[in-house]
Amino acid sequence: MISCRHRKLVDYECMKTEPTCFDEMLLGNDLVRDPYGQYFDWFKMADVKRLRRKSEDAEAFFRKIGITFNVYGQDEADERLIPFDIVPRIIAAKEWRQLERGIEQRVRAINAFLRDIYHRQEIIRAGRIPKKLIAGNAAFTPEMIGVTPPAGVYTHIAGVDLVRTGENDFYVLEDNVRTPSGVSYMLENRETMLHMFPELFTKMKVRSVSSYPDLLRRSLADCAPDRTRTDMPTVAVLTPGIHNSAYFEHAFLADQMGAELVESHDLRVQDGYVAMRTTRGYQRLDVIYRRVDDEYLDPLTFNPNSMLGVPGIMDVYRAGNVTIANAPGTGIADDKALYSYMPDIIEFYTGEKAILKNVPTWRCSEADSLSYVLENLKDLVVKEVHGSGGYGMLVGPAASKKELSAFEAKLRATPDNYIAQPTLALSTVPILSKSGLAPRHVDLRPFVLMAPNRVEITAGGLTRVALKKGSLVVNSSQGGGTKDTWVLED
Amino acid sequence: MLGRTAGGLFWMFRYLERAENTARLLEAGHHMALTRSESAESEWESIVRTAGMNMGYDAKYDSYTAKQVIDYLLRDKDNASSVMSSIDLARSNGRQVRTALSSEVWEATNECWMDLKKTLSQPIEESALHDTLILIRNRAAIVRGALHGTMLRNDIFSFARLGTFIERADNTARILDVKYYVLLPSAAFVGTTMDNAQWEVILRSVSAERSYRWLNAGAASPVGVADFLILDERMPRSLAFCTRKVGHFLQHLENDYELRQTSQIKAAVLLARIEEMTIEDIFNDGLHEYLGEFIEGITELARHIEQDFRFYG
Repeated sequence: MISCRHRKLVDYECMKTEPTCFDEMLLGNDLVRDPYGQYFDWFKMADVKRLRRKSEDAEAFFRKIGITFNVYGQDEADERLIPFDIVPRIIAAKEWRQLERGIEQRVRAINAFLRDIYHRQEIIRAGRIPKKLIAGNAAFTPEMIGVTPPAGVYTHIAGVDLVRTGENDFYVLEDNVRTPSGVSYMLENRETMLHMFPELFTKMKVRSVSSYPDLLRRSLADCAPDRTRTDMPTVAVLTPGIHNSAYFEHAFLADQMGAELVESHDLRVQDGYVAMRTTRGYQRLDVIYRRVDDEYLDPLTFNPNSMLGVPGIMDVYRAGNVTIANAPGTGIADDKALYSYMPDIIEFYTGEKAILKNVPTWRCSEADSLSYVLENLKDLVVKEVHGSGGYGMLVGPAASKKELSAFEAKLRATPDNYIAQPTLALSTVPILSKSGLAPRHVDLRPFVLMAPNRVEITAGGLTRVALKKGSLVVNSSQGGGTKDTWVLED
Repeated sequence: MLGRTAGGLFWMFRYLERAENTARLLEAGHHMALTRSESAESEWESIVRTAGMNMGYDAKYDSYTAKQVIDYLLRDKDNASSVMSSIDLARSNGRQVRTALSSEVWEATNECWMDLKKTLSQPIEESALHDTLILIRNRAAIVRGALHGTMLRNDIFSFARLGTFIERADNTARILDVKYYVLLPSAAFVGTTMDNAQWEVILRSVSAERSYRWLNAGAASPVGVADFLILDERMPRSLAFCTRKVGHFLQHLENDYELRQTSQIKAAVLLARIEEMTIEDIFNDGLHEYLGEFIEGITELARHIEQDFRFYG
């Protein structure tokens, strides 16, 4: 038994003021939840000052290996670290099995949806989603109509953002199926924790995540075109370059996979294939794990004004001679306007009820919903349909009067651009504060790999944490940090 | 390997070498200025000229004080070849080619950059110059150590080393060329001892004063110094040594790629030119002309390497 007045617990009284907020370590005020039992026993004996020092060491280590990101709009020389918290987020084996089933179901459904939406559009014919949602949607990519990607896989890599509100309540916040990032943080966070706390890993059986780069390489290779040609398809990571905020991750993944890290000017189309300029001449590429947006892939197809991209690459793709991961046009599946239809989409393609919940969503394009949203703005989270990264969103309960009325005007002007959701009482997990453990809100992004015959999900994923007390925004661009995520073995 | 990666490696190591060379020059200049107080200003001027930075410097300042020269060579952002600018460029090339570097080499480069960025964020007082120069040397040595200790000896290594030796050869040749008149036999010197300090600064700026003394039992002559820095293959900064190394790594690439290209032919020509002449021949033909020709040759060679291995497409 443990009280929230324990000297090493800070801010835990918040649970009394926010009784709906579920803490993943402490149940009520005095019971440590099972997955955290061993960790908490260890922590009680640990010296907080020493832990703080370790936390500073971790920061120095991250700087040394260069896990930094550039913030858009800031001095290029200003490389920032995503803050790392050294208290692990711990998930029990049983909890994880349930999540895995739900994630796999969801990703398979998304893949089936993409195949359908770019071919026969059965789901529209069946009246399960409105046609205008697709036809008038900028994320729908007409160039992909009738194109079947090599091996039939659209979403080679997905990052499904989950939040938790109770013991058994997990919601999917977003399905990131364009170019989800963050996996390098997951891997480096674990590396760092292994260095810092070997004793914890001997005591607790934590499932490994280190095979991710191998699995990624294997599943990309399995999706290569014309598998009879070679056993060792050439794989490359396509990056916009060193000024991109996720450059570290691009280099890291290429390095860990033993793949080339290419920029678009290293590539060209030659004899119907995509080739990269090597010191020995041009060499054919089979699989491109691209970390650039669709519109920068091919200036001939998507964006004639772009200096980036490989002219003609889409022709090679359509001819089935190169794999692009993820496939162009996947953005239609994680578009926020479609999000509210996900339960229907899952049921339509799998014949099963969705295992993971969807957050109730008001589509502001619908008049009834809009008026509800306007009336209840201060309690809701409003998101731009095409926004990402926490930009352009309103968190009602945290907003000032002025911000609310400004947003109201935007909603009235272009209601189709917005959806609204209730403010979820995101679960909290402990972080290391100055004098002990303090609860902060988190989400979770597991990474999902899809190959022709299998779906693989990392045990855990990236936990993002809002480091500011009470804050619900976990995005790194808005002051969020990350944590190592431990899925325990049975 | 990508052509762009080869180019990134080549330039990463050129810039690292350049940073080290600039630091070495400053060290020589500082030593001169301290020991010969009456001509400190002209010593500093000669350092800036030797570094090849006089155009930019003169545009900015109209006198040569220790403070200004130190600042301009070490940390001035307007000076694309200052130590800090060079380290910045080395690191950003390193980031470009991270996948080709061992983690030790990358981390050493990144730490070098972090340390120097911090140290050079403020102007360096003359009293702190020595320690700062040591820091630069040590940091660069760690990168080199990591390179030697952890990198595969494949084409990646060859491109890195080519960058180092091309830059070094160019640097030594330029130092000699700026100071060549000091080494010429002149009427004033006949029958007298040469102005020791003059050739000492040359030797110091390539960190060779100790080895030269050791080899020559303390006796020095202008021809001896020139011979040492141009033709002595034991001296790791001599033109002969650097050119031989360039040829060596190009030969590696030739074997590896099973292809002999223009750069390999040009390197052989450059090396033959060094081997066929004695120091007396060089002086007879004209030292200045010889050095000018060498600098042109090495620049042309670098251009062919760039083309042969498709650095820029």
